[in-house]
Amino acid sequence: MARSLPGFLALIVAVALICCSFAAAASTFQPISESHRSAALETFDRSYGSLEETYEALQTFDVLGVERKPDVGTAACQSVSQTLVSSSSTLKDIFYALKVNGVLKCEVDADSVEGIVSTLQTAVGSASSLLEFYHSIGGLVLVKNQALKDDLYLADAEGVFRSIKALSQSDGRWRYSSSNPESSTYAAGLALEALAGVISLSSSEIDQSLIGTTKNDILKLFERVEKYDDGAVYFDGEESDAHENQGPITSTWSVIRGITSFAAVTSGNLNLPGEKILGLAKFFLGVGIPGDAKDFFNQVDSLACLENNRVAIPLILSLPATVNSLTRKDTLKVKVSTVLGSDAPPLKIKLVRAKDTPAIESQELKFDSANKVHVLDTLEKSVDVGNYIFVFEIVFNDPEHKKAYAVESKTEVPIFLTGAVKVGNAKIAVLDSDLGSIETQNLDFAGENLVSLGANHLQKLKLRFQLTTPLGHPFKPHQAILKLTHESKVEHVFVVGNTGKQFEIVLDFLGLVEKFYYLSGKYEIQLTVGDAVMNSFFRVIGHLDLDLPEAPEKAPRPPVQPADVYSRYGPKAEIAHIFRAPEKRPPQELLRLGVNLKNFPSAAAPAAFAALFHVGIGAVLLLYVFFWLKLDLFTTLKILGFLGVFLLFVGHRTLSHLASTSSKVKSA
Amino acid sequence: MGRSSTVKETQALFQSLRSAYAATPNNLKIIDVFVGFAVLTAIIQVVYMAVVGSFPFNSFLSGVLSCIGTAVLAVCLRIQVNKDNKEFKDVAPERAFADFILCNLVLHLVIMNFMG
Repeated sequence: MARSLPGFLALIVAVALICCSFAAAASTFQPISESHRSAALETFDRSYGSLEETYEALQTFDVLGVERKPDVGTAACQSVSQTLVSSSSTLKDIFYALKVNGVLKCEVDADSVEGIVSTLQTAVGSASSLLEFYHSIGGLVLVKNQALKDDLYLADAEGVFRSIKALSQSDGRWRYSSSNPESSTYAAGLALEALAGVISLSSSEIDQSLIGTTKNDILKLFERVEKYDDGAVYFDGEESDAHENQGPITSTWSVIRGITSFAAVTSGNLNLPGEKILGLAKFFLGVGIPGDAKDFFNQVDSLACLENNRVAIPLILSLPATVNSLTRKDTLKVKVSTVLGSDAPPLKIKLVRAKDTPAIESQELKFDSANKVHVLDTLEKSVDVGNYIFVFEIVFNDPEHKKAYAVESKTEVPIFLTGAVKVGNAKIAVLDSDLGSIETQNLDFAGENLVSLGANHLQKLKLRFQLTTPLGHPFKPHQAILKLTHESKVEHVFVVGNTGKQFEIVLDFLGLVEKFYYLSGKYEIQLTVGDAVMNSFFRVIGHLDLDLPEAPEKAPRPPVQPADVYSRYGPKAEIAHIFRAPEKRPPQELLRLGVNLKNFPSAAAPAAFAALFHVGIGAVLLLYVFFWLKLDLFTTLKILGFLGVFLLFVGHRTLSHLASTSSKVKSA
Repeated sequence: MGRSSTVKETQALFQSLRSAYAATPNNLKIIDVFVGFAVLTAIIQVVYMAVVGSFPFNSFLSGVLSCIGTAVLAVCLRIQVNKDNKEFKDVAPERAFADFILCNLVLHLVIMNFMG
């Protein structure tokens, strides 16, 4: 137990520090980085089943800038041409084939384009469910964007707009069809994207009141968002048996696609608060690296939509390193970028304050244009070691940008400033109550010298030292522990107390005699000083020859120490079990009629007597039978007398022999 | 509710009795079986008399008495042989057995005489 105490304390310290950093509700998000790209190659490294999966993989590679394999492209293009030519393709297949074509830019001949366009136009006209609208309108928008056909317009765009709008609900969600009351947030995203497509394909202006009501629907939808403590905002999906993929990631992705495409085709703004857009970006950045291919695609596609959208572009403030060393003269670097890691517009970062530390004043960070980071280099002159929470604020150079970008008003970041802490003025002494200090030795923690002291149980041991930070202030670490280890490996641990400026501990051996189990001999002295922000150490200071009185009868014994530190985890000694000799048991069933021949003496003479005993009893019983049959009482009594004497003699011999053998067994 | 609890209690009682009995030594168990056999024989004789009639009555009496007497002597043997019995600690089991044999022989002589 004593051995594990410092380790246990260190564990508590570490857990407390981690909890502090979370309890502050301050956590930093990082934009997309290299680890995402390599993870994408791993997640999507397999053959793709459907066009939908192919599109997801290709779009992810495209957004992240990852090189795809060449044979994947040719196989996909073949599949695309087959789907576009075939007349039995469903709307969904055509939609995804056109999406893949958008990424790969395959060769599509004009005839198939004509056929596709006419299929899609008839589908729009006859569509009744949301998915049919979505796929057909989406397909036409893709045809137009890929410039496969000129002059592509929807007939009766306003009518189509109204039909889609008819499926909406008052809480902002959308139904899948008029016959099915099931509604979801995912469907709302699809509907908004379809409506945006209708607006872009219409030849004339759509009625502004319709667009106005749609904007209201979007605001209603955003009242349904859920929030995490760190500022992430998302849409919680609905459970549905009929439609899969309605979890939070897919629903949030669908809404982001919907609002960004709607904002792109309408004038005026959507009046969505910037912090909600930033919250959506934080949600997807907070997912980390998803393991599922669909989640990966949803994350990357959402971030791509947010990267360049007309609502508000979220900017992320991140720090490449939150632990900086004052001794090495590290400078604090802060980076602001978009979600995919691209550059932000020109801006300044201000360190507003540090939470709970009034000494740090508000200052502006310098911009290093070569590395595109903001730098704070005045730290080592003013700030001491410790952990702080810095509060940063972003100020745009051009005030117009404030409307176009979404940033957090005050970003809180936990920072660790570490440094080399010097130990100074270290002295160890043995004190006597009468004579004062017997010997005082200076300790040099840098060197390798070990001190050697001697003391008896009437004296005291005193240790004193000071800790100084790089800026010259006294430092109080989380742990300052003194350990004394006896030759027999029995350990005793003491915490070194702090009196403001210095650390001091006095061990009074008179009171510690019983705690030390009356063990005299050589004790090793070891000092451990530890904290998260300093160069923690533990050093053997020296040895102490301790002279304690003899242990009385009833003194507690020291706990048994294992010979080898790790032998307590080795195999234990083998135990040989001693089994009782099994009882002599009668034959299995007690009701079986048989003769119990156990205990029949085996030696010759006793055996003869035992046999005669049984013969005698049998003779008496036979006599009784004859008595019943024929004899009279007096004859019987005469014969019985003779037999009885014989039987008594023989029985006595046999039974005493049995008794002596059984008593021999018992004493054995 | 009361009925089921008493049923449960009697069941628990029987269980505890059975488990306690299982711990007795085997020689005592043999004697117990012998006692049971003797009593059973007596019961069969009584039933036979009830069915057939009590003539001759002395035969019936001697038969029943021999069974009961044997049972009683076996019980006495069991008491004396039981190691947990403090009163008969100094009587060797072989001596008790010898007494048992002797008494049985005397009993059967009397029975044979009375049976006729």
